[in-house]
This record gives sequence, structure tokens and C-alpha cells, in this order.
Amino acid sequence: MSATQATSDETLIRRIAQGDRLAMQVLYGRHHVRVFRFGLRLVRNEQIAEDLISEVFLDVWRQAGKFEGRSAVSTWLLAITRFKALSALRKRKDAELDDETAHAIADTSDDPEVVIQKKDKGDTLRRCLTSLSPEHREVVDLVYYHEKSVEDVAEIVGIPENTVKTRLFYARKKLADLLKAAGVERGWP
Amino acid sequence: MMAMSNKMPEQEPGEIEALLPWHAAGTLNAREARRVEEALARDPELARQYAVIREEYAETIALNESLGAPSSRAMQNLFAAIDAEPARKDTSTSVGLSARLTGFFGSLSPRTLMAGTAIGCLAIMLQAGVIGTVMMQREDGGFRPSAKEAAPSPAAPRADAARMAPAPPAPSAPSPMTRSLSSSPAASEPAAAAPAVAAAELATRLLIRFVPTARVSDITALLGAYQGTIVGNDKDGVFQIQFGRGVMTGDQLAGLIGRLENEKIVSMAVPAR
Repeated sequence: MSATQATSDETLIRRIAQGDRLAMQVLYGRHHVRVFRFGLRLVRNEQIAEDLISEVFLDVWRQAGKFEGRSAVSTWLLAITRFKALSALRKRKDAELDDETAHAIADTSDDPEVVIQKKDKGDTLRRCLTSLSPEHREVVDLVYYHEKSVEDVAEIVGIPENTVKTRLFYARKKLADLLKAAGVERGWP
Repeated sequence: MMAMSNKMPEQEPGEIEALLPWHAAGTLNAREARRVEEALARDPELARQYAVIREEYAETIALNESLGAPSSRAMQNLFAAIDAEPARKDTSTSVGLSARLTGFFGSLSPRTLMAGTAIGCLAIMLQAGVIGTVMMQREDGGFRPSAKEAAPSPAAPRADAARMAPAPPAPSAPSPMTRSLSSSPAASEPAAAAPAVAAAELATRLLIRFVPTARVSDITALLGAYQGTIVGNDKDGVFQIQFGRGVMTGDQLAGLIGRLENEKIVSMAVPAR
């Protein structure tokens, strides 16, 4: 996100804090898709993810006056989204299925011959990305898709910066394991 | 150069190795990015890992982009919830200073507004008075004592005093009349100052007695310098002399008496009444 965009976001937040509904619409239009996708990757349910973004932006409407601008607005939004997503997951009885799903995909990710037949390494990679645990998924998404710095990820997830680095490293190793199990050898690790 | 990626224990990433994903995403600062670039140029294994990371990076973006977007229902729900929130002051429309002032004064009661207006007018009048006094004193050329600058007095006496301000009589006259003159010992002499201070405004007639050696030419020069006119002749060689055409304040009169008493040919100067 450019500095200009960040400044504009902060201006919008100030206006929202004053009750400006139009500013809220602009901010929503600018960020709702990424917030939705981040939430969807965490909760894995479109219906819940849609409810999630309504709650996230409603929180923004209510809390805009408390925003201090120490981080980018998008970072703040993702932090709220993560908090809401985890709350939603706790409510779901089947939240623990994430790990099972990962194993299931690893175990049944067809045999290597099938994957090779598909000749679609990218598709396999995406499926394995989907199979990562929630905590690995979120750090991968935050770094690669949401383009967050080490500091931003630490703030969003609430962990030390060094932990952010090692967590992503282990997420990548897990991804490599899943790919290897799926018959894709990439030369690392 | 292999040490760059292998110097840490097996399960821990090296310092540069751990930064590779952020380098791929372009979110490192310039210094870190340069360090990573240099390490990649030196370490083929690190470069190979970086190529793998770029694949992950591209596929993560593709995966997220394939997720689509939320339906309009999310936005409808959001703004329905916002509308249900307690009303907040909407300042989205640009509110100018004049509008805010109008709103402020509009919120005041008529009585408050009238009182405020009266106080404002009074303040303006006081300010005008102070400015006028200062300007008049400057025009007076220092005739008025500095201690009284802050105490405005009626305009007419001041005008007369200005007219009365004599040019320094040369060569027998004392130093030019300045503000410091008013603080001379003669000016503070109790005999002259006390009656002058007692009366707010006194007539500008004084009883003057000249020394016996005073010559007519000296007296004439003094009357010319002080714009004095002999209006009466009392007993014992005391003359009643009118200075100027108006009246003086007590301080002006005291200053005049003090200066006259400093004149060599004057042996006495007191108010006529």
C-alpha cells in the first residue's frame, strides 16, 4: 500500500470518527475484498466470512475515534478481522477440522501419478496452501498476499517478530512436505 | 557461502534465509533488501530457495484472488447496523468558520447577546480612548508628565496645554521642558504640588512675584515664553498672570509652577485661587 493511500485511509478514519457515513462507504469499498478473503481463509465459510466483514467494519465505525495511526489502517483492519475470525472459529464445533483436513489432503492427495497427470504444479501448490494449518495459512497470506512487513504481521497476530519469521519458515517447510507427499519435488528443503 | 543458509541449527532459518519471503513480497527496507540481494548473489542454495519462495508467493496471490468477493449482503448488513447505531454528529459536510460562528451566536439567548454586545462596545470605546490619549501625548511633545500617560484627562485642557507649551527661552531659560522636568525637585515641592493635586482642575491664573532685580525686558521675555498675560496687580508687587486661555489639570499647573519657580526672576508662584 502506498504512503498516499495510507494517508487517505487515515483521513477516512478521522471522518468516520466524526460520523461520516460516506467515508465509511469509501473505506469499505477500498478494503472489504481483502478483509473478506483474509477472513475466508481463516474461517473457510463464505457465509461466516461475510458476516465477519460486517462485524469488522462495524467495529471500525464504532472505534474509529480510538485509532491512533501507529500502524496502517489495513493492518488495523486485518487485526480486527483475525480477532473476529478466531472468535467465530471458537464458536464452531468443527474448528479443529482444519488439521484433519490438512492430513486428509496429504493422505488422499491422490497419488503422485495422478498429480503428475494433471501437469498442474500450480494447482497442487494452491491446494497444499489451502491445507496448511490456520496459523500457518494466516502468516503466509499476510506476507505474500496482504504484503505485510514482519512488524505488521507481529502486530496483527500478536507474536514477537522473530516468531513471525520462524513461523513462516515452518509453514514453508510444511508446505514442502505436503507437496512432496503430493509428488511435487521442488528442490527445497 | 553455503553458510548463509546453513549456519543456524537445522530447524532454524538463517537470518537472511528468514527474510526471503519478505524480499519476494518487496516489503523489506532498503538496507535489508540490499543484504538479501548480496547474499543471493553469493549463495546458490539460497538463490534456489528464493526461486521456490517466488512460486509460493505467486500461487498464494492466485489462491486468494480466486476466492472472489463478498456479496452485497455484507454491505447491506453493515450499513443497516450503522443506521441502527446511536446518532452521531455528522461533520462530513464542510462546515465553515462563518457557519460555526452563526451557529454559536444563534444558540445564545437575546439577553445574553445584548449583554455581550454592550460589553463589546464598551471595550471598543475604552480601547479608542487609550489610543487617543497616547496619540495626544505624543503630539504634546513631552509636556505632560510620563506618570500620567495612563490616566486620560479631558481633551480641552490637553489642547490648551499643548498650545501653552513654551519654546525654551534662551539663553537664560532652563533646559527645554521635557518629561524629566516634571520630576524635578521643584515639581514635587509640597507647597506647590499639594494644592494642585487637591483640585482636579484649576484656573490658569497664578500669583507671581518677581525678584526686585527683575527688569521689564526679563519679565516680558518670560511672559512671551510662557504665553502669559498680566491680568491683575495685587499688593506687595504680586502680579496675577493668566497662562493660556483655558484651564489646566492639577498636574499641569504644578508643573508650570515648578518651572516658573526655577526662573531666576521669579521669587514666588502660587495659584491665584
